[in-house]
Amino acid sequence: MTLEDVVSLLNGKILCGKEKIARINVPKAYASDLMSDVLALCQPGAILITGLTNVQIVRTAQMLDIPAVLFVRGKTPMNDTVTLAEEAGMSLVVTNMGMFHACGLLYGRGVKPCLIADAGD
Amino acid sequence: MPEPLDLEYDVVADDYQTAGEASNNLKETLKMLGLPSSVVRRAAIITYEAEMNLVIHGGGGRIIANIDEEKIEIKTIDRGPGIPDIVLAVREGYTTASDHAREMGFGAGMGLPNIKRNADEFEIETEVGKGTTLRTVIVFPQDTGKE
Repeated sequence: MTLEDVVSLLNGKILCGKEKIARINVPKAYASDLMSDVLALCQPGAILITGLTNVQIVRTAQMLDIPAVLFVRGKTPMNDTVTLAEEAGMSLVVTNMGMFHACGLLYGRGVKPCLIADAGD
Repeated sequence: MPEPLDLEYDVVADDYQTAGEASNNLKETLKMLGLPSSVVRRAAIITYEAEMNLVIHGGGGRIIANIDEEKIEIKTIDRGPGIPDIVLAVREGYTTASDHAREMGFGAGMGLPNIKRNADEFEIETEVGKGTTLRTVIVFPQDTGKE
């Protein structure tokens, strides 16, 4: 599944990095509003799903080379968050769906979780 | 690995807009040096968590990274309030972060545990009222040091 498929499935809106969405593969995802949990458990290749929209979300994703962040609950990030993502070459997408709903749809389409037992690989 | 390299960054207290810039700069430098992605990832997590600790708890401070052929040493130094109980501070889930830090997605009590988990060496020197120095080391994988 590509990020373009994710946008379509979740009726999402692309905030930046539109030119890349067809090329970003989404084999895994990690969903959390706690950035230390993301740093501890999000595995390479996964996208980040979150309800927080501040600039540190992009910073956290940047540390892990996360290619895309999906914001749920229709929460559109502030301009500085989008600007930093553009600078970092990251795609940002927002959906009106809640986190459980978005995660459920993605899981149902084969997007895998970051298994805690595998963390640190 | 090229010649040994020393990097230093100043980190400003309570500045959540620029927080992470130093960590990102260090991470990009390590990538340019051709270090293995696993090392870059661990160093990025350690530095970013430590940088956020300087922003949230330490009253700002300094990040110092020393890279040589075998390892990277990452230190943070602050003149903040110090840590009264180290054992408690390193326990997963324990936090003294402000509400503001929590609103930003931090303060879940995983910062120091995350740092410890990603470091081959982990030391904290702290004195209440004087400040805290954190020292971590990542030893490069045995083979060539490159992927």
